Amino acid sequence: MSISLLLLVVAVIGAVGYFIGSWRANALAGGKLSNLHSRPGYYGSFVALWTILPAVVVVFVWVVASPVYISSTVRAGFPEEVKAEPQATQNLNYNMISAIARGFKVLTAEEREALFKDGATARDVLASKGVPVAAEPAPYMLKSADDLNRMTNTSSTLLSVFAIAVAAIGAFFSYRSIAPKFRARNRVEGMMLVGLIAASSIAILTTVGIVASMFTEAVHFFNMVPAWEFFFGTVWDPRFAAAGATASAGQFGLIPLLAGTLYIGFVAMLVAVPVGLFAAIYMSEYASRHVRSVAKPLLEVLAGIPTIVYGFFALVTVGPFLRDISAQLNGLVTGNYTNFIQAQSVLTAGFVMGIMLIPYVSSLSDDIITAVPRALRDGSLGLGATRSETIKRVILPAALPGIVGALLMTASRAVGETMIVVLAAGVAARMQLNPFEPMTTVTVKIVNQLTGDLEFTSPQTLVAFALGITLFFITLCLNIYALYIVRKYREQYE
Amino acid sequence: MSQVSTSPSMAALGVSAKPERRDIGLRRRYAAERRFRLFGMAAIAFGLLFLFLLLFSVVSKGYTAFQQSMITIPVEFSEQVIDKNNERATNPQKLVSANYPVVARNALAKVLGVDEKDRAGLKAVNGMISDSVRTQFRDMVVANPAIIGTTQTVTFLAHGDLDSAFKGQIDLSVAENNRKISDKQVGWMNTLVESGALSKHFNTGLFVNGASSRPEAAGLGVAVVGSLYMMLIVLVLSLPIGVAASIYLEEFAPKNRFTDLIEVNINNLAAVPSIVYGLLGLAVFVNFAGFPRSAALVGGLVLTLMTLPTIIIATRAALKAVPPSIRSAALGLGASKMQTVFHHVLPLAMPGILTGTIIGLAHALGETAPLLLIGMVAFVADIPGTPLEPSTALPVQIYMWANEAERAFVERTSGAIMVLLIFLILMNVGAILLRRRFERRW
Repeated sequence: MSISLLLLVVAVIGAVGYFIGSWRANALAGGKLSNLHSRPGYYGSFVALWTILPAVVVVFVWVVASPVYISSTVRAGFPEEVKAEPQATQNLNYNMISAIARGFKVLTAEEREALFKDGATARDVLASKGVPVAAEPAPYMLKSADDLNRMTNTSSTLLSVFAIAVAAIGAFFSYRSIAPKFRARNRVEGMMLVGLIAASSIAILTTVGIVASMFTEAVHFFNMVPAWEFFFGTVWDPRFAAAGATASAGQFGLIPLLAGTLYIGFVAMLVAVPVGLFAAIYMSEYASRHVRSVAKPLLEVLAGIPTIVYGFFALVTVGPFLRDISAQLNGLVTGNYTNFIQAQSVLTAGFVMGIMLIPYVSSLSDDIITAVPRALRDGSLGLGATRSETIKRVILPAALPGIVGALLMTASRAVGETMIVVLAAGVAARMQLNPFEPMTTVTVKIVNQLTGDLEFTSPQTLVAFALGITLFFITLCLNIYALYIVRKYREQYE
Repeated sequence: MSQVSTSPSMAALGVSAKPERRDIGLRRRYAAERRFRLFGMAAIAFGLLFLFLLLFSVVSKGYTAFQQSMITIPVEFSEQVIDKNNERATNPQKLVSANYPVVARNALAKVLGVDEKDRAGLKAVNGMISDSVRTQFRDMVVANPAIIGTTQTVTFLAHGDLDSAFKGQIDLSVAENNRKISDKQVGWMNTLVESGALSKHFNTGLFVNGASSRPEAAGLGVAVVGSLYMMLIVLVLSLPIGVAASIYLEEFAPKNRFTDLIEVNINNLAAVPSIVYGLLGLAVFVNFAGFPRSAALVGGLVLTLMTLPTIIIATRAALKAVPPSIRSAALGLGASKMQTVFHHVLPLAMPGILTGTIIGLAHALGETAPLLLIGMVAFVADIPGTPLEPSTALPVQIYMWANEAERAFVERTSGAIMVLLIFLILMNVGAILLRRRFERRW
């Protein structure tokens, strides 16, 4: 029985349990519901929960555990000379065996018998059924594949019997416990509460997952490349390993990538901060309701546009425009029509990223500026200050911690931004100060190292996780620092 | 003021003239005020200008992608070309591997009056036909072998370069050697247009086809289906989990270390760069749990984790907006805490929750970076039947097309962006309407 069918059966048993439970409670009430502690539906739910939950737990544990058990048993049955081979070869063999086992399922019994008598044609026979096998299988593989299939079948039958039995037992005992004074509602609500707590722990699990998964892979990487060479290296040259060539050690220096990330982020903030701040000030202090109700949502559209669209805009519109205009400018000044801005450059990526960040700065600061109490404005205006003086001398200082927090959060977004820089910043990892030349970022290199075929054993791949955990900690620190600033320096009004 | 103080009556009363310095700087200060205000307007104008430029650049490059040049001519399915030795009865492979582009080329050459011996001419004719006729004619013939030897009127795709030229995207003033279409081909194109054989049709292929290295035959079908699967997975997983988590945190959680930890965590997760979620998905779902790479399932799971914080934050705001009097009334009538929340608070918060969910989904739909890492950058030609099969997603398809060198792919990419933006606009408009329709002010 397939897993989905099994789960369906369990669900049906649960539904039946619900109806029987409510019916039983109704019968016990004898027409007077106030005899019961809870409403009948709760008795039904109690039975249903005790039917479904244990069975689902059994299925889940079984599904996780049985392949491990089966694989170790099958491997134990390998001939001694195969067991002596390295782990990677054994894994390959095991993959072949699984492929053959899949193939066996589409063969008829006679065809399979024929294969066992004459193993030489196995590959062709399987290929003709649409199951490709990497190499001509060794004789023991056929037997192992057969074992594998048999054990999988047994396991699946056992699981079905076991899960349904657990469901039935759960239904039976919970049904038995139904009595008028039985506190079914409290029990059901208790279980619901557990469910709610579990759901909110997923947030923690995600963080743990992020840190743990990246950390383990990064530790693998640091076993191959010393940590100080990574964190303080000034040359990025990973040299993709050619097949079989183990000696191609690359250089994994983080510094050029970090420099590019910070440089592009800096250019982006140069665009986003003044524009975003002035837009926020204008909208919260000057604009009429009408203008505000039009301009604010329109600006926020910029935040809703996917970053890949910005990347494309930078790639096909902004980059070529800057390149051509620089050629024209150069020609007007020196008579030499060569461009001094590259199409992919720090400036292109930073500028477009800055446009993307405008709405983040403006809506965050807008909220903060609007939160400054009316009395402060009125006081300042009443003393004869102009509006702009009020803003500069009263409102901005009052809102400063919040604004700095908002800017730090925006900066963390700039550091983690991927698609714009992938398309517009270039891939050359170098350290230089000219904003018209391409540079590359941490995120670009994560994408570069992890697209294509991967092996999780080479430093070329694993370095992405070291980069990822660096990125994670940079953004984490920026965000925590932002929260800290906001909390520490927040003005408490009233 | 100044007028009052300098009026004769005041002077007669012996009031001293106002100090001279009072007006000093006022002009300067007002100028500063105007300047400041102007900066604000300029900032908004700058933002809106680039919003407009961005949309204009996409739409002006992309609107032509919704039409495709097709050639409609009588095609002779000549037995000579398809199955010279009449062996299709014994060898069914023959019909699959026949040289169908030649069939199309000969048909077009006949219409254009190119001699069958003229090799250069035939080559130029071939350059006007999309290579996708191979599959199109093959499917026709395999479905109905009886058409071999007959002449049928068939509509098939023109080559991408011809398509670009027909749409006026190729600058014909450039020297012939430097452009992708020759003068002869342009002449033929004009003949075909005059005779009505070459015309633009609505580009259904853009929405139906899978990946292709030929721009004219490449489509978003796989990407749309893949994105749809992922959105379904995100919706099914993140809405219940997100709502459950927010209910616990907002209504039940005691103030202690554990709930504080969860809270800080959620706020931080909302700010983690999306690419980090891709690394998480690669390490946990693909590498550790052994899910297939490039599958919509993994993409959906990664996007779920990414969307959860957004949904939790929106849901908590919606729950907080329900006034405490509702809770007090329900509790006062004897409802349990759980009943209060599920029977009264949650239904009232539902519009806000759904709005937040739609916005979270829209965000997930446009997300690219994490999907690149779990291998959705794949050449998938067949529409996936289940979320476990390899597929791509809309933004990933845009990324892949943006990296293609051919000119015609720029048009496709912009068209795909327009499709993506239309989906996003629909979702956001839906969220706004939902909020307008059901929002309550307490």
